[in-house]
Amino acid sequence: MVARTVWQARQKGLQTFPDSVRGFNKEWNMKTTRRSFLKLMGVSAVGLSLCQLGFDLEEAQAYASKLKIEGAKEVGSVCPFCSVCCQIIAYVRNGKLVSTEGDPDFPVNEGALCAKGAALFSMYTNPHRLTKPLYRAPHSDKWVEKDWDWTLNQIARRVKDARDKDMVLKNEKGQTVNRVDSLFMMGTSHASNEECAVIHQAIRSLGMVQMDHQARV
Amino acid sequence: MTNHWIDIKNSDAVLIIGSNAAEHHPVAFKWVMRAKENGAVLMHVDPKFSRTSARCDFHVPLRSGTDIPFLGGMINYILEKELFFKEYVFNYTNFAFVVGKDYEFNDGLFSGYDPKTRKYDQSKWAFEKGPDGGPVIDETLKNERCVFNLMKKHYSRYTLKTVSDVTGVSAENLLRVYDAFCATGKPDKAGTIMYALGWTQHTVGVQNIRASSLIQLLLGNIGIAGGGINALRGEPNVQGSTDHGLLYSSLPGYHNLPVSTWQTLADYNKANTPVTTLKNSANWWSNRPKYVASLLKGWYGDAATPENDFCYEYLPKLEPGEDCSYMYVMDKMYHGKIKGGFIFGVNPMNSFSNTNKMRAALDKLDWLVCSELHNSETTDNWQRPGVDPKTKKTEVFLLPSAHRIEKAGTISNSGRWLQWFDKAVEPGGQARNFADIFVPLINKIRDLYRKEGGTLPDPLLKMHWTEKFEPEEWTRRINGFFWADTKVGDKEYKRGQLVPAFAQLKDDGSTSSLNWVYAGSFTEEAGNKSKKRDASQTPMQANIGLFPNWSWCWPVNRRVLYNRASVDLNGKPFNPKRAVIEWDGSKWIGDVPDGPWPPMADKEMGKLPFIMTKDGYAQFYGTGRLDGPFPEHYEPAETPLDSHPFSKQLSSPVYKFHTSDMDQMAKAADPNYPYVLTTYSLTEHWCGGGETRNVPNLLETEPQLYIEMSHELAKEKGINNGDGVIVESARGRVEAIAMVTVRIRPFTVMGKTVHLVGMPFAYGWTTPKCGDSTNRLTVGAYDPNTTIPESKACLVNLRKADKLTEIA
Repeated sequence: MVARTVWQARQKGLQTFPDSVRGFNKEWNMKTTRRSFLKLMGVSAVGLSLCQLGFDLEEAQAYASKLKIEGAKEVGSVCPFCSVCCQIIAYVRNGKLVSTEGDPDFPVNEGALCAKGAALFSMYTNPHRLTKPLYRAPHSDKWVEKDWDWTLNQIARRVKDARDKDMVLKNEKGQTVNRVDSLFMMGTSHASNEECAVIHQAIRSLGMVQMDHQARV
Repeated sequence: MTNHWIDIKNSDAVLIIGSNAAEHHPVAFKWVMRAKENGAVLMHVDPKFSRTSARCDFHVPLRSGTDIPFLGGMINYILEKELFFKEYVFNYTNFAFVVGKDYEFNDGLFSGYDPKTRKYDQSKWAFEKGPDGGPVIDETLKNERCVFNLMKKHYSRYTLKTVSDVTGVSAENLLRVYDAFCATGKPDKAGTIMYALGWTQHTVGVQNIRASSLIQLLLGNIGIAGGGINALRGEPNVQGSTDHGLLYSSLPGYHNLPVSTWQTLADYNKANTPVTTLKNSANWWSNRPKYVASLLKGWYGDAATPENDFCYEYLPKLEPGEDCSYMYVMDKMYHGKIKGGFIFGVNPMNSFSNTNKMRAALDKLDWLVCSELHNSETTDNWQRPGVDPKTKKTEVFLLPSAHRIEKAGTISNSGRWLQWFDKAVEPGGQARNFADIFVPLINKIRDLYRKEGGTLPDPLLKMHWTEKFEPEEWTRRINGFFWADTKVGDKEYKRGQLVPAFAQLKDDGSTSSLNWVYAGSFTEEAGNKSKKRDASQTPMQANIGLFPNWSWCWPVNRRVLYNRASVDLNGKPFNPKRAVIEWDGSKWIGDVPDGPWPPMADKEMGKLPFIMTKDGYAQFYGTGRLDGPFPEHYEPAETPLDSHPFSKQLSSPVYKFHTSDMDQMAKAADPNYPYVLTTYSLTEHWCGGGETRNVPNLLETEPQLYIEMSHELAKEKGINNGDGVIVESARGRVEAIAMVTVRIRPFTVMGKTVHLVGMPFAYGWTTPKCGDSTNRLTVGAYDPNTTIPESKACLVNLRKADKLTEIA
């Protein structure tokens, strides 16, 4: 974790560093990744002193002692917002997310995150999250909690009934069309490629043609 | 993006137009700043001064909806001053193709227009055909119907005066941009154009982008480092979700959904597989039948055989020309023609234009299934302000969805890099990822069909499906498998092994791939390449910031598309200082080239660089768009003008719209709605804000809906900074807080003052007292090619509010 410690300190310091110092970092990138360099720095002081790099080791050590990520597992993920797709490191201890930060090795974001990316952790912990399937009956004024099995059974019933009733096997010209015009799917660019592949195959197997997502809006 | 994020640093001139890159792609903007550190000139052309403008060398305010005149003026400037890159234009574009005699352009209309249907007969624009059916090419340009001559004539009308009159940009400012950007028409200079929704959300959205293609091709900026046309894609995996075709008219991998006239796979292939007469054209889409057969094999497995057309019959077929995009589905819903459906990970009741109609339409559904992280304006539409839930019949199933950090898989960034993410933690509560909803749902439906029978069960029952979703198994399915033992060169592959690349896909049922562009991303030899974290580069690659060993990128790990256009006929880079690829005499080095063939100097084997076009040449003139072969200026559907200097055709003759009682539009130069409204996103909120408004620290930084206006307009309307304002369009009324600012200034257009106001669209009623959807104001008028609504330009009126109810 020493390497990480130094990195953290440096990240903190970088926010106020002038461009000339960032230029220095850029040159380093040509030869080695930041983390591998910093790991090296953590193991031995090599030729350069940390002061030459512009930050204070004592401060870094003090910072390290109170790090909440101490002993946590690093998991590679990707920020869920824009399609810069900044890579992030999620720190997990005992199955709980304890922190997230930009991945300093990823060549595109180089450890940086924007306001939204930086708020990932509070997005994960915020109290407004939906946690159970909910059902709103016709004309009702409230949500009711339901279990997954009941919910999926209900949806399956409605989809099948509509498909059976509304499937157009032949159009007016007698051409085979095998489509259902009374159902639709909207979404989503929040899905992974694998989820997209599942969704597309599912929708076409149902005979649905009305499918769209954020690529259009 | 033709290029990728890091590549922006290689630019000599960065033109950001139709995007506020610094605020909406903040981290990637560092690569724009690196370009600046390297000496590039940065330009921001946008109605509003923003943090992007602040970082640029200069900001040029442009009236929303006038990008084509702005760009058309630049095309004219390049042609008049002969600033184009002659070798590039001569060798790699269709500048010398002769256009057929039916093509005409008169007073804003191309030939073949039918005012009754508001459609063009595109066959009137066809190229002249030679005796072999191929193009007629006149490199002497003596034929006045050569593309180059027609283009020159078309854009000669886009003079500094006409452009300045319409756009509201001074001639001086036009020249600043034209001079700075056109300086990249030299072999050793690169210019990039970066755009976003500021271009697509117009009734001429596709033609905005076409116009930029014309410029970039004239200047030789496509295929090179630091060049390209770079869509700053917004949504997290919108690149991947588009690749996987979550669109009504698409199949995964950029194939059309069948229409009723293509009854057999042979019909489909015939209609969708281009044939070229030019032997040096790679005509890559000639491979389409292999990719479609492999997709069907992936979907139907052993049930798909050559004898049964690989189950092609099972696919649903549209009627030709039928539009099932968002806006058309919502209109059908409004008219009670839809029973139910799914809205997953998108919030139409906030982010679709003409939201009041959307909200009324959703009330007509019998049932709705939503899957979200939070309650949204869509999930809770039945209890929106001002309605009595007892009167709303829709049954709603709301399924908690998993956060990115709670699932594993791949996404594709805007530069087409395939990036793996691991599952860090279990989904919160009982949340599930989208596939863990769809897989069991489909399995339940399959069970019902097995038990009870029903209509056309085979497409469901015979498909190659799964009992349980395993993300990496689907990464493999996307790449594709051999379904029969196969020998590739010296290497033998067994049935069930992964295909090494799309070159090995076949149309005989021996291979599958759920998306041919991703074939090669997961191989027997190298495993799952989306997990690669290797920063190693050759010096040539390092020179332009190419990371070929970090993740993988489609197609075949090619990082810069059309890179064969970055070299001359001998394969030598036009710009040796920033070479993308180079022929070393026996092979290509650098990036993965667009095909393995030698340079074009090899008359037998060499291929033209634009391998996705039928004839291999980039197209200044193209017959495929529904609104014309050249971009032409039309005013937005709602415009403050009643005429413009380019033609009598005020707005696009073919833009789409609906005619319900909730589809009202202001008339041209309507005195009731005198101001132009444009909309935008915020750094601190994600698009419609459905996620970020639920994060307290982000909501605190941008707490409420505002309307930006100039000091001049504010004074005219008696509005002070911080006052409550009522904004009204022909479709709706919205409350906002006034932000009186110098960031927006009045435009002088056709001799009169036009005021423009700007509003973010990140707020909705489910977050108490922050304001409600801005899109209640925006217009239901759509691009004819994409049906994207014109959310970036409409007409409004505004006044100081006596009292606010939507904002605390």
